[in-house]
Amino acid sequence: MSTPNKTVKSPARSGRSLVILAVILLGLIVTTFIQGASSVRLGLDLRGGTSVTLQPRASNDANKITTEAVDQAVTIIRQRVNSLGVAESEVTAQGSGTNRQIVISVPGDSGRRVVDLVGQTAELRFRQVLAESAGVSNPADTATAATPAAGVSPEINARFAALDCTNSANRQGTGADAPTDTIVSCSREGGAKYILAPAEVLGQQVSAATAGFNPQQGVSWFVSLTFNGDGTKAFGALTNRVTTLASPLNQVAIVLDGLVVSAPRINEAIPSGNAQITGSFSQVEAQDLANVLKYGALPLAFDRGEVQQVSPTLGADQLHAGLLAGFLGLGLVVIYSLLYYRGLGLVTVGSLAVAGGLVYLLFLVLGKSIGFTLTLAGIAGAIVAIGVTADSFIVFFERIRDEAREGRSLRSAVESGWIKARHTILVADAVSLIAAVLLYFFAVGGVRGFAFTLGLTTLVDLFVVFFFTKPIVTILAGVDFFASGHRLSGLSPKSIGIKPTTNQVTTSTLEA
Amino acid sequence: MSKLTGLGGRLYTGETSFDFIGKRRRWYSISAIFILLSIGALAIQGLHLGIEFKGGSSYTVNKSGISVEQARTSVAGAGIPGEIIVQKIGNDKVRIQTGALTSEQSKAVEASLTQTFNVTLESIDTQLVGPSWGKEITKKALYGLFAFLLVIMLFLAMAFEPKMAISAIVAVIHDVFITVGIYALVGFDVTPATVIGFLTILGYSLYDTVVVFDKVRENTKSVAAVGKVTYSQAANLAVNQTIVRSANTSLIALLPVGSILFVGAGLLGAGTLKDLSLALFIGLAVGTYSSIFIAPPFLASLREKEPAMQALAKRVASRGGAVAETVTAASARPVFAPSANRGPRNQPKRKGRK
Repeated sequence: MSTPNKTVKSPARSGRSLVILAVILLGLIVTTFIQGASSVRLGLDLRGGTSVTLQPRASNDANKITTEAVDQAVTIIRQRVNSLGVAESEVTAQGSGTNRQIVISVPGDSGRRVVDLVGQTAELRFRQVLAESAGVSNPADTATAATPAAGVSPEINARFAALDCTNSANRQGTGADAPTDTIVSCSREGGAKYILAPAEVLGQQVSAATAGFNPQQGVSWFVSLTFNGDGTKAFGALTNRVTTLASPLNQVAIVLDGLVVSAPRINEAIPSGNAQITGSFSQVEAQDLANVLKYGALPLAFDRGEVQQVSPTLGADQLHAGLLAGFLGLGLVVIYSLLYYRGLGLVTVGSLAVAGGLVYLLFLVLGKSIGFTLTLAGIAGAIVAIGVTADSFIVFFERIRDEAREGRSLRSAVESGWIKARHTILVADAVSLIAAVLLYFFAVGGVRGFAFTLGLTTLVDLFVVFFFTKPIVTILAGVDFFASGHRLSGLSPKSIGIKPTTNQVTTSTLEA
Repeated sequence: MSKLTGLGGRLYTGETSFDFIGKRRRWYSISAIFILLSIGALAIQGLHLGIEFKGGSSYTVNKSGISVEQARTSVAGAGIPGEIIVQKIGNDKVRIQTGALTSEQSKAVEASLTQTFNVTLESIDTQLVGPSWGKEITKKALYGLFAFLLVIMLFLAMAFEPKMAISAIVAVIHDVFITVGIYALVGFDVTPATVIGFLTILGYSLYDTVVVFDKVRENTKSVAAVGKVTYSQAANLAVNQTIVRSANTSLIALLPVGSILFVGAGLLGAGTLKDLSLALFIGLAVGTYSSIFIAPPFLASLREKEPAMQALAKRVASRGGAVAETVTAASARPVFAPSANRGPRNQPKRKGRK
């Protein structure tokens, strides 16, 4: 980039800027080819889909909103959404620190189910196991499945026999289990299936859970948990009753989201409210189980902040409208520049074309690399940026005219005009950038899309002014058509407003 | 066009000059009236907040030939509390807005709509906003606004001078008040898109002000040393010199915004594009006004209070120059008198600067 104390830049230097620009453009094009990015990723409001914004809420002192809690909630919700098998659905946390929202976006028509799914905050429950078998479907085998349990209806038995836990559709963790029902359920991994008695202890009755390590028994991880007053009583009664029964009735299943996380055997009655779950846990498994016990289904409670469903028809309409508005705006700016700046207007048109190309390529590359999606607000940001970009050229051109009015030759007017215009452009673009950055950090959803595009296009604007517009104008200043002030060049004495008399005025007193 | 460009030249030299700084009381009064009107409108009517801010549900049914009455009857049948607003958007859309609903109530409304109009659930565009979410959004928007003003003020104070920063912020606050006032008065919906537009406008308004102040700074750099014109006169010349540029940048900015507004309001009827561009459109107009009529005069008022500038004004007055308050084209001209040796004088200076 140029510095104020350099002498007039030679066309060679301008040429170098243009080469740099060409290399970058080429680089971006090659990148898109390598990435295989052929189209801009569109946001849900442009192609139809559902987005849900969840606002974390601390329901009691035990579950404060922490960064880890939000991260964990994102992971759990992502699992739930992925289990629906909708391509390109996304679960992200937006905002910073503890003040974050979770945004779930699901494209296409299937969004409805997601809204219903994430709307339910499933509970953690402890249920006695009534029957257990391998997770495969075996409808003929109703007899063995039904073995012991009193109070298990034939209907439940049939469902249990037919249940195929190897099919992921049956492991969707709906959380739809009513605590008072006897239910059939799969293990989370799908390796086993269970008939479970009504819940006797609920997740909110667990007051603490930690993963621990016992060095005396070799590599052995365990989970210890503590119940509150009600929980101690209920868990004591449950364990007291089942511990003497035969397997599998002496097992208590920990059910999360309608799926069995673990079904440990009860070795003895536990009236103290302090229990330990041992087994061949790895460290990660023990910690996961502890988290599940501690947090229940989700580490936080959520308010459904906003649900937005856009039909594909409306999406297409909005895309068309956005593009139409863009072309219309661009067209008007081009016409105006040509009318007002004549030959120089062509530079504006060229610069806008370069800026447009850069922005489009960046959209492609960023779509692949950081998952940038273009929303309607983003399109609006880009269109608004057309104005900002064109403004930079006007500031520059008017400065050139100012300098020419002081009697400078075109070539020197371009250079001294640029030095003054550059400061204005830098400050003004910095203001735009500050606005974009602040908007990005303070806002959620669509506003962020707008801020991102605005910021991106402002940077592109700066780049184009420095590496395209300025060098091109410098080169053109050496071309006779402009240098001689041709009527159509936009730099004729008439359009600048210089009167060809000796009574020229100067503001040199103000400039010294 | 050529008339306008010719004017640009005359404004630059001071041959034609509008008195922006001297007549500041007039501009202040006009703005004061508008701001009072805005405050009045805000107090009496308040802002018409969209459901994103106050919480609520919105359902848009896409089907040609459906009527507002049908929709109203259908939703009323679902038995939900509160006020129901039904609007026709374009030719084949009806939008129903209700207060905040529970999941069950929302399902009832959707069921009722799908049945009445025989459309699939997926073809209804819905937006459900919880009441606490609206508060959150409002809070964030306000935080954003204050953070923006603060950061910009600091930035401008560094890039220019503190008094310019203050003047620029005064102009921005002026813009905020009047734009909000217009929204209150006319009763346009305020949605998050409006707020985006609004914050962008602050940036735009500052862009314009920055362009003007840049020239003001250049013109007034050595005003005290030269002693031929007062600060106000030099600033006024700067405003005149930049007015063509301001008009151009505003017009160029207005063209794309206008086309978003046209397409958004005309083709889509309602939504993000319309809300955004309407706020931009109104704000741009107000912002351009303030960058010419409010920010520079305010800056001049601040600077003229400085002892050095008052001394300068006295010196200029005693020389028989114009009194600072009433600069006119005729009186300003002698200051920029033709200098016979312009060419030679300029040549070496330019080399030194490059």
